[in-house]
Amino acid sequence: MMTTPASTTTIDLVQRFPGSVSADTRPGYSGFIVEKDKLVEVATAIRDEFGFDLLTAVTGVDYLPENKMEVVYHAYKTTGGPGLCFKVQVPREDPVEVPSLIHIYPGVDLQEREAWDLLGIKFTGHPDLRRILMWEGFEGHPLRKDWKEAFYEEDAKPFKSRWPDGKFYMAEDNTPLKDNLNFPQNFDPEKWIPEDDQMLYQSLKRYTVKNEEGLETDRIVVNMGPQHPSTHGVFRAAITLDGETIVGLKPVVGYLHRNHDKIGERNTFLQNMPFTDRLDYFNSMSNNFGYAIAVEKLMNIPVAERADYIRVIMAELSRIQNHLVFIGMLLNDLGAMYTPALYAFEERELILDIFEAVSGARMMCNYLRFGGVVRDIPEDVMQKIKDMVFERLPAKTDEMDRLLSENEVLVSRLKGVKVLDAETAIKYSVTGPVLRAAGVPYDLRRADPYSVYDRFDFDVAVRQNGDMYDNYAIRLDEIRQSLRILEQAVKGIPQGPINSQKPQYQVRVPAGEAYGRIESPKGELAFYVVSNGKPNPWRYHVRPASFVNITALEEMCIGTKIADFVALLGMLDIVMGELDR
Amino acid sequence: MDNEKLSLPQYDIPEDIQNAVAITTLDRLYNWGRRSSVWPLMFGLACCAIEMIAAQASRYDMARFGMEVMRPTPRQADMMLVSGTVTKKMAPAIVRLYNQMPEPKYVVAMGACASGGGPFKEGYNVVAGIDKFIPVDVYIPGCPPTPQALIAGLIKLQEKIDKESIRKVRWYRKGPDTMEIPLPILGPDLIDPRRNAEIKMAAAETKEGA
Amino acid sequence: MYGKGILKGLGVTWKRFWNTYIDDIAWLIRGKKRYYTEEGVKHRSSKNTRGIFTVQYPEERLILPEEARYLPFLVYDEGENGKKEVRCTSCGICAKVCPPQCIWIVRSNDPNTGRPIPEPTEFFIDADICMNCGFCAEYCPFDAIIMDHDFEIASYSRNVYNMEKLLKPASYYRSIRPENYARNEAERKAKEEAKAAKAAGAQKATAA
Repeated sequence: MMTTPASTTTIDLVQRFPGSVSADTRPGYSGFIVEKDKLVEVATAIRDEFGFDLLTAVTGVDYLPENKMEVVYHAYKTTGGPGLCFKVQVPREDPVEVPSLIHIYPGVDLQEREAWDLLGIKFTGHPDLRRILMWEGFEGHPLRKDWKEAFYEEDAKPFKSRWPDGKFYMAEDNTPLKDNLNFPQNFDPEKWIPEDDQMLYQSLKRYTVKNEEGLETDRIVVNMGPQHPSTHGVFRAAITLDGETIVGLKPVVGYLHRNHDKIGERNTFLQNMPFTDRLDYFNSMSNNFGYAIAVEKLMNIPVAERADYIRVIMAELSRIQNHLVFIGMLLNDLGAMYTPALYAFEERELILDIFEAVSGARMMCNYLRFGGVVRDIPEDVMQKIKDMVFERLPAKTDEMDRLLSENEVLVSRLKGVKVLDAETAIKYSVTGPVLRAAGVPYDLRRADPYSVYDRFDFDVAVRQNGDMYDNYAIRLDEIRQSLRILEQAVKGIPQGPINSQKPQYQVRVPAGEAYGRIESPKGELAFYVVSNGKPNPWRYHVRPASFVNITALEEMCIGTKIADFVALLGMLDIVMGELDR
Repeated sequence: MDNEKLSLPQYDIPEDIQNAVAITTLDRLYNWGRRSSVWPLMFGLACCAIEMIAAQASRYDMARFGMEVMRPTPRQADMMLVSGTVTKKMAPAIVRLYNQMPEPKYVVAMGACASGGGPFKEGYNVVAGIDKFIPVDVYIPGCPPTPQALIAGLIKLQEKIDKESIRKVRWYRKGPDTMEIPLPILGPDLIDPRRNAEIKMAAAETKEGA
Repeated sequence: MYGKGILKGLGVTWKRFWNTYIDDIAWLIRGKKRYYTEEGVKHRSSKNTRGIFTVQYPEERLILPEEARYLPFLVYDEGENGKKEVRCTSCGICAKVCPPQCIWIVRSNDPNTGRPIPEPTEFFIDADICMNCGFCAEYCPFDAIIMDHDFEIASYSRNVYNMEKLLKPASYYRSIRPENYARNEAERKAKEEAKAAKAAGAQKATAA
């Protein structure tokens, strides 16, 4: 079962823009290469003429040997179907400049800032090009191939120092400061003036108001986080308030930036599998799924049929526990402290028992392998899955529904509080339940089917109003649809091998690029992987749902009361591990 | 803790009043009170935080140890559970939270990341263990430690509290009542002000472009 | 009617509340112990669980599935006179496959022959880096490194494990993973038999 290719050449951009667009003909690559000067024009045409309204991913690749930097864009249609990949190549000389697409696709905002932060690609025309994951003042752009951290050992794993002469040492021992620290030459810490978020507050400055007499009034700035009980992790928001109304908001992220991309480019392809577990740590099975699909596309190998069913079963179980916990945590945020969350966690524990029995770990499953899964589902666990799917989970979902859905306090709190409408959601590249609650039936399981999802009969859950209540209710709808898929998958799972490949710890991946994406419980989770034929990827980029979804946070919150901020943030269902990576 | 543990073994209490009377030392009483009401700071960093929430939820129920009162403010917390990867960007906030906690305070490094950097140790934005900045009482290995492992670690912390003596604990001794740790500064890399001289020396020896 | 939804919700919590008592009483009537027994813990992890869900660690503990993994350990077979026959041949596959590179192996050479000695002289696992992914155990060709079930390993200092700390007997391996152990033993036996048959065949051939 192969999924549709990430991009297609049926659309003839070359003919539309002769001379400024050419097809990407490198072996293993696809899509189009656009001239830098024509980028804005071409992107406008892609959106307006060709109908690719959803720009899901923007990222850069540092082709150091060719002395080039490349920016890669992936655009899709919300009506479904294959996507379009276009790229810009610029010489790798400072400053690396590419025009920003923020006015055509506002959803690129944070992603362009990330590319600036980590790769040093300057997006001209971006109104707020600050660092995002690292702090202002940090030395260098870490994802550049010639940038090395203090604990750098070798370009690729496995490191030679581990075997056969693996004399143990701490990584600290080999650095001059005995720590993970690197300072520029002749740096004097006493003379250093920290930036202290000056640029952040300046970006909020436009909310200063002036009355007719020329009296300037500054709005109050409230910082929420990074340590805050209801920001779902170490998320920080700088909020400007007019009384209690939010007039400006900037998300500040990066407090959990664990350098997934940089470490991932040093790992072998297989070694990245357990690292993906730690992205969205509620749904390690889904993360494995997305990464496996991307690499399988690159390797061009089939997946064993039984394994495909097992993957679907695990991914849907994962979605159910994610959404149950979402509802519990949302009620926590709204002040219904803990009862719904405790009920949700009971079901979650029972689902995690299944994960632990098949994969060995509750949260960090590391269960998928390229071509299949690591081990079959034992008979007794299969029985347990059946018990859960046919008996317990439907009953418990109904119980959750009974407990909350009609509760007048909850309804009056949620109904009519706008989250996003369809147009804005698409504009900001929002995917997942938030988009569907706004009335856009865009679900990758249907829109761009992967794995064996095309064999199951299910409805894409859609709600029309896009308010908080719909965002809550759509989670229950999705749980019910997931149960439908699970019932069919459990009944229809074929016998057979669980991996199409032999177990091997070094896989051969031909050169090329792949963009593998899945519908994770939070939205579109995608992996952009570039291989140059070596055992480790040249570029490994995660397109996380949470990170792109918070692009719309400011738009969502402006005009609402600060008391609703926590609930609105909860609606996006962010997970910091995925957001910051 | 039940009466048996609270009472000193060398005293014979008549059987009929055993449940009503206990003879103990002040130390034991003091430690018993504190070990049974360790309030954690409601503070989650990464993956481990989810297991920490799971440990609070119905299946593991940390309330059985008097640890259910998660306090979002450091002023009311006794224990900081560093649950997850400590990044350089987050380090100043964590040290500040630690400074704001009143004595007696304990720090538990939950999981590989908080203990020593974990799988992300090689990353450029990762602090290789929170003990580089604040003193850690208990280290719990695992990635992530399961809720049971976390509770096992917290029992270990209780054992540590049991061994303390009211005459020796640092918060009743003379001098400043807490250990104030200077906040790290976000510079070209994370600057620990305690190591300014070292950093200056090392930076002088750094080669251009390295 | 306004308030109907709240009452409905309260009905759910009300039912949950009574379930704790009903379930306890049901177990009492059946004359079985709901707490501190394996049966009770199993019931609380099954689809039929209702009422109290808590497993009161450390007095009672969850039954870990066979595949559960925590930190890795090295297996040794108990030879004669309590000699530890370490299964590891220091082939280095675990060190190579380890994603965070937390395994360190020193392979040494025989001073007389100069050939590598199969048993590792030193073996380190930095437990503060290990991510419990299980790759080392999965790809070990000799079943020499196994993922442990023991999770009560919190300590007052950092955790770097050396050979001494890592070695555990094969009997322990059998006790935590009986199915895997049996499968490995069967594979080993089959391999040895095949080897013996081959050797016998070769002997016959040379004899003839």
